[in-house]
Amino acid sequence: MAEKLSYRDVFFNPFSKNNPVIVQILGICSVLAVTTKLEPAIVMGLSVIAVLAFSNVIISLIRNTIPTSIRIIVQLVVVAGLVVIVSELLKAYAYDVSVQLSVFIGLIITNCILMGRLEAFAMANRPWPSFLDGVGNGIGYALILMTVAFFRELLGSGTLLGFRVVPQSFYDAGYVNNGMMILPPMALIVVACIIWVQRSIHKELQEK
Amino acid sequence: MKINKESNIYTIIYIVVLVVLVGSALAYTSISLKDKQQENMAVDKMRQILASIHVVPDKGAVISDFNRYITDSYVVNNRGERVDGDAFGINVAAQSKLPSPSRHLPVYEATMPDGARKYILPVYGAGLWGPIWGYVALDADGSTIFGAYFAHQGETPGLGAEIEKPAFSDQFVGKHIYGGDHLVPVSVVKKGQKPVGGGEYVDGISGGTITSKGVGAMLSNCLLPYNNFLKPIHEKSLR
Repeated sequence: MAEKLSYRDVFFNPFSKNNPVIVQILGICSVLAVTTKLEPAIVMGLSVIAVLAFSNVIISLIRNTIPTSIRIIVQLVVVAGLVVIVSELLKAYAYDVSVQLSVFIGLIITNCILMGRLEAFAMANRPWPSFLDGVGNGIGYALILMTVAFFRELLGSGTLLGFRVVPQSFYDAGYVNNGMMILPPMALIVVACIIWVQRSIHKELQEK
Repeated sequence: MKINKESNIYTIIYIVVLVVLVGSALAYTSISLKDKQQENMAVDKMRQILASIHVVPDKGAVISDFNRYITDSYVVNNRGERVDGDAFGINVAAQSKLPSPSRHLPVYEATMPDGARKYILPVYGAGLWGPIWGYVALDADGSTIFGAYFAHQGETPGLGAEIEKPAFSDQFVGKHIYGGDHLVPVSVVKKGQKPVGGGEYVDGISGGTITSKGVGAMLSNCLLPYNNFLKPIHEKSLR
């Protein structure tokens, strides 16, 4: 990184200006898969925050000892270990959600945000800023996940967190849930809409 | 002394130490959470068994409801004789791949609030992307289907995954697996068609053909070995 960032920037930049999903376009695959309902999206977001924060700290702590020839392997081992621990914890304490998320917790290992942050930040920074960076990017990811899941569950199933929010009178009047919202393509379109809104607000992000 | 970080020895020692550390952390997590996880899996299995007799317990009440409704469980072989074993502990997935004579077949007996007895039989098979499984509940006559529950691991949402919806599984209610003397499992066929060999049938899912066929194959593979167990029950009910 060229300019030195303050802790505040390290933490808050990934929320919007440098969001991993909508600006760096990383981790799109899980956004498509786990956002049909709000609850798995929240759990997935929390899992990514936890894995990202801890792997950032661990890699940052051992960054000076890692032989450069195997640094990607070392990062993968750390991430994979943490992901398995998170997945085991979910199976023990949130079984229903872990069944819904099925393989996607395991696939956090291949989430590009993780490797991106480890390579770009944790390998070159001290543990505390690395921790902030991990949490910040995790929250940035989780925010997008929850926004997408909010619209998909609301319009696709008429519920939020499993509670019915579209009143019965709407259905009586002929309102129908949009089944399209449940299908993966709509996740891409919702993400695209978020990117559109965000780039209209932050003009400097628009490509020429 | 300055350590050469790029030397092969350092690299090898580094990765061995790292892997051992991560490995022991994982082993520790796995062992300390095992009881809790198995309990969750058992509760989930109970919930699925209850779903086949149309009982949907509250989250905390699964075990007590299971003990209330499921009054007996035992294991039979394909000659219909009872054998030793714990019905709940049997791995249906592994059993469904064995030849019929060597299978251990679990049976759960449920007693409904009105005193009616139901037989619940587990089934397991393959869908399009992964395993599918379920529970079929039969009335006391050993032939009429009282309820069915199906689940899947990763069938296509909106297509094959529809087998877990009541809209699909409720079609089985009231079907008979004994038409005459023979056990003919309910077939799953394309809408508007009829099974070649006769017998009762339900409509498959449009766009979920392979999963639908998988359900049919699963029922025939897993229900036929129960013939010698169910036949006396069925014949007794006719008398």
